Amino acid sequence: MASVTHSPVGTVARVREHHRAYGATSVLRGVDLDIEAGEFVALLGRSGSGKSTLLRSLAGLDPAPASEVEVEGRTSVAFQEPRLLPWKPVQENVALALLNTSRRDERDRRATTVLDEVGLSEKSDAWPLSLSGGQAQRVSLARALVSEPDLLLLDEPFSALDALTRIEMHRLVLQLWARHQPAVLLVTHDADEALMLADRVLVLDDGLLAHEWQVPVPRHARTPTHPHLSEVREQVLAALGVQSLDQKAAGAA
Amino acid sequence: MSALAPPQPAAVPAEPGAGRTRPPTTVTRSRGVRLRWLRRWVSPAVILVVWQLLSSAGVIPEQKIAAPLQILATARDLVADGTLGAATLVSVQRVALGFAVGAAIGVTLAVVAGLSRIGEDAVDPPMQMLRTLPHFGLIPLFIVWMGLGETPKIALVAMGVAFPLYLNTFSGIRSIDRKFLEAATTLHLTRWQRIRHVVVPGAVPQALVGLRQSLGVAWLSLIVAETVSASSGLGYMINHAREFLQTDVIVVGLAVYSILGLVTDAIVRTLERKALSWRP
Repeated sequence: MASVTHSPVGTVARVREHHRAYGATSVLRGVDLDIEAGEFVALLGRSGSGKSTLLRSLAGLDPAPASEVEVEGRTSVAFQEPRLLPWKPVQENVALALLNTSRRDERDRRATTVLDEVGLSEKSDAWPLSLSGGQAQRVSLARALVSEPDLLLLDEPFSALDALTRIEMHRLVLQLWARHQPAVLLVTHDADEALMLADRVLVLDDGLLAHEWQVPVPRHARTPTHPHLSEVREQVLAALGVQSLDQKAAGAA
Repeated sequence: MSALAPPQPAAVPAEPGAGRTRPPTTVTRSRGVRLRWLRRWVSPAVILVVWQLLSSAGVIPEQKIAAPLQILATARDLVADGTLGAATLVSVQRVALGFAVGAAIGVTLAVVAGLSRIGEDAVDPPMQMLRTLPHFGLIPLFIVWMGLGETPKIALVAMGVAFPLYLNTFSGIRSIDRKFLEAATTLHLTRWQRIRHVVVPGAVPQALVGLRQSLGVAWLSLIVAETVSASSGLGYMINHAREFLQTDVIVVGLAVYSILGLVTDAIVRTLERKALSWRP
């Protein structure tokens, strides 16, 4: 892949003692997080735990003091809803991320290439509202990747998709990650998804990053029955406050 | 009569190829639709025929309203001697000029108010206050300020056009989904790129609603302005005819007004179809 020119080195995002509150409600209470270049990090948390808030700070959508949130290089975001501009055809939506590239033919060429990577070349002239949910989300991924970001922020991008499409999307994301080598922060509430995709899994609880697991298993070996993974899975679920069946039985007795 | 009646075939023929390729339900339905369409022409035709008969019998006096056939003949004469064409041209020019001025003002103000809070606070209050003013009520003031020439007519049209365009374009800009604006931020668009690729196209659907409304008001304003005073144009033709009780000329003038309204509406519809082709 010729477009990959940067080699991932160093830290792309540094979060220190990050606080955020909505009115009187404190959402983030001193979060510390480093994301290394090329690393795939999954951020888990229950609804309202502040995981999307942290992503918004990193994306620059909510203003955060530079002393608390520092991002090196370019970020891009894929949201839960694809947020494609409905009045622009697919290809133009993707090329929109390249408007700081002055040459139009260059923009078109790169948009075409990345649409091909997500398998949607034949839809490049289609209107976004004519796409299926999975197709629209793939365009959204293409738009996020075409600018070769150093940090790709994924805000529950697969949660609205059906189970089969979600599996396809997981595979696609891993392919794209290997090819473009951005650091990825995936916000999700799905422990299995996190364990299939990430190098490192974090759980945000009560405004703090409370738990962290490394996942040293190669991705091709990550099956639901993998002994190490199922062990981590139980720990992650416990950290998220999901009781195991044994605990439930014990509680009932 | 034949010129006023719709093209009515002597017998309703079967649709070409209907019996061979189409399933019978479709044939029945499409014939039903066509019959319905024809049926809807029956009552207008009956009204015209009755009107003509009553006029011919002398029940409806010509000073009140002329007979349909006579109106038709007068229309032909007015077209032939160039009167109607010249009058229509004058009126169309007034509407076009007034619309251009009003649209420029309305859209500019909407953009100023839509893109910044300071702009909104400066522009919106006076616009909201003036909006409640019935703009036809301004005619006496316009005459005092501008006399009886072309200017007050164009000003009245412009005034009528500016408000619906302002209100709709402004609300179109303001009601753009915040999610798209956030997406623009994450794509690192500059302020100008954001306006060009997100704000303007996002406001177009609502602005087009304003365009449709404003063109309706434009014709109405012109008719009122020309009726109050005019020395040329369709309104002049109608007023002149009134003095000589030429009801046929009056009806021809009115018919041209409605045709012009229909034509502009058709133009806007085409524009909408083109500009909003992204909608499913």
